[in-house]
Amino acid sequence: MEIKSMYFKANASLKLADPVLQGNLKAVRGKFVEKRIEALKELDDVEATRDAATAIRRRVTDNLDVWLEHFEQNAVAAGATVLWAKDGAEVCRLVIEIARRHGVSKVVKSKSMLSEEAGLNKALEAAGIQPVETDLGEYILQIDGNEAPSHIIAPAVHKSLNQVADLFHKIHGTPRKTDISALTREARDVLRSHFLTAQMGRTGANFLVAETGSVALVTNEGNGRMVTTLPPVHVVVSGIEKVIPTLEDLATLMRLLPRSATGQSISNYLSVLTGVRMPDEQDGPDHLYVVLVDSGRADLVGSDFHEMLNCIRCGACMNHCPVYQTIGGHAYGWVYPGPMGSVLTPLYRGLDQALDLPQASTLCNQCGVVCPVRIPLPDLLRKLREKQTEQGLRSVSERFGLRLWSWLAQKPQLYSLAARFAARYLAWLAGGEDRIRVLPVFSEWSLGRDLPAPEGRTFREIHARRKKQALKDVATALRKEGR
Amino acid sequence: MRVGLFVTCLVDLMRPSIGFATIKLLETAGCEVVVPAVQTCCGQPAWNAGDAAGAAALAKKTIAEFEAFDYVVVPSGSCADQIRTEYPCILSGQPGWATRAKVLAGRTFELTDFLATVLKTDRVPGRLEATVTYHDACAGLRSLGIKTQPRELLALIPGVRLKEMSGCEECCGFGGVFSVKFGEIAASIAERKCENILASGAQTVVGGDLGCLLNIEGKLRRMGHDSITVRHIAEILAGE
Repeated sequence: MEIKSMYFKANASLKLADPVLQGNLKAVRGKFVEKRIEALKELDDVEATRDAATAIRRRVTDNLDVWLEHFEQNAVAAGATVLWAKDGAEVCRLVIEIARRHGVSKVVKSKSMLSEEAGLNKALEAAGIQPVETDLGEYILQIDGNEAPSHIIAPAVHKSLNQVADLFHKIHGTPRKTDISALTREARDVLRSHFLTAQMGRTGANFLVAETGSVALVTNEGNGRMVTTLPPVHVVVSGIEKVIPTLEDLATLMRLLPRSATGQSISNYLSVLTGVRMPDEQDGPDHLYVVLVDSGRADLVGSDFHEMLNCIRCGACMNHCPVYQTIGGHAYGWVYPGPMGSVLTPLYRGLDQALDLPQASTLCNQCGVVCPVRIPLPDLLRKLREKQTEQGLRSVSERFGLRLWSWLAQKPQLYSLAARFAARYLAWLAGGEDRIRVLPVFSEWSLGRDLPAPEGRTFREIHARRKKQALKDVATALRKEGR
Repeated sequence: MRVGLFVTCLVDLMRPSIGFATIKLLETAGCEVVVPAVQTCCGQPAWNAGDAAGAAALAKKTIAEFEAFDYVVVPSGSCADQIRTEYPCILSGQPGWATRAKVLAGRTFELTDFLATVLKTDRVPGRLEATVTYHDACAGLRSLGIKTQPRELLALIPGVRLKEMSGCEECCGFGGVFSVKFGEIAASIAERKCENILASGAQTVVGGDLGCLLNIEGKLRRMGHDSITVRHIAEILAGE
């Protein structure tokens, strides 16, 4: 997927000025938050479960190579072909090769964010192979001119019911309807024929289970089942970090994933797919390929950002992020929005490709406290800011300003003078009012807010004056007594 | 008990009355309050901007100035958190300083935490007849666990009726430098906070961090709501 993260700020402005989007964001705001709280109440001990989940993820990412080999061995034993791709281009090349080998002209796809990273749909189309999205949200986006997802688990969350109604009416040529189940039925009718005619099914993986060589898929609509059982060829595209040791670990993680993601106790479907269809089995593909993709992940092993590999892609961080809630996912400019995206985008695509993302956070740590695997997202964002500074990627004025301030703060007398000047200057700007309406220098403040007027003198100067006065009073009193 | 007051750069610059209210509260509770005149900033802006060297220099400066006190009290959860949580991190690689940072961290408290948890204050000088709502600032709440302390203290003033707003734990959008780097986004987040404040029906919004309060007051005024007062909890408790 083409990266547009360098235009974050301008795009965020556009999103803020879009009344339809703002309405849609407002309508969904808080829904995931409340449902998550309710769903987590069902667990006996949420914190212990989070600890266990974190330990599982750490166990794997600390020895990723070993667990990947385990997975590969067992997947191959079950009849799968395991392929390795170092980047998105290689993913596209491999999948197109597989498609050609099996004479595929149509691919039905269940959700996969890694495919978005690789731009796989576009590459397939260019190779003359038709990709069909079958997740309802993704399908909506595909028929709306291949719009990008704005959320990792609810890709069309930025769209309203009315927008979808208009879209279906326009694309399907059916009478316009706003009944959700009728719209869903309509999409289902359209998709059914694709399921039956596609020669290849394509999915991502929520987890790869090493001990059995299985691919675990968490879905809600049943499209995942169709994609993985109807076509003769199934291709899984997964990041190398998705591996977990055992099925029991899967059970532990599944206690947290749907609850953290959508606030569901359990997703409607959990598929654990192991190998190809055996002669005595009814369902499953004749050919199963698992493409394991690096695309920047191996570089994170042992780095300052290692913990990001533990991410289970639940989306809780974005659901709880005040910035995401305000601007939606598109402004982030690449596949992953919200706090996890603000960490991953610069790491996978280059620090200089996403300068705003690590900065565009209040570091409120709402993301950190809801992360089921305890990734300290604000710390990682701060570390990315540090890397930007180290590599000279911040603007000259910012670096100079920061250095000047930092130098000043180490010189108490000078700092005190500067603070006195600033207090008077700000009071003068207020011009007798209780607020400053237009703030120079830090002018962004006054874009949407006033600045309350300062008292006009600094605490330290008033305190020093009062102390002096008190001493004088004591001296006077002593003199009087002496007399 | 000798208490060092770390007044914070925002209170120093914008609203000294919060500093004096803090002194009054501490003295009323029987503390000897000392204000080191050489104090400046805790270094959080540098740390959050990715300037680790600048942050370390200011951390050392603050440690040297405050380590002699029995306690250090800060009228801000955010700055207290910088000293308590971040200083030991920032200086972890420097043996002597790492220990000093940890010692100071253990003695440093946000104001309401200090009053409620350490001093177990059961009387405050403040008098007020009003319905108030409390904004939980992020660092204080999520890092220092400050939630019940300010509410317990407010309950000591008979005329204060606390009406919780929805989303009281949500960020107001201040975020330090974020508020001037991404002004539009910050203002939009603040708008949501203000809508919740308005919906609560409270006449006064109270908080423990001046950064949030400037952001909230600035947004309320821009939205045209002049009648709602925005106060730091120290001012309310001290009756200043």
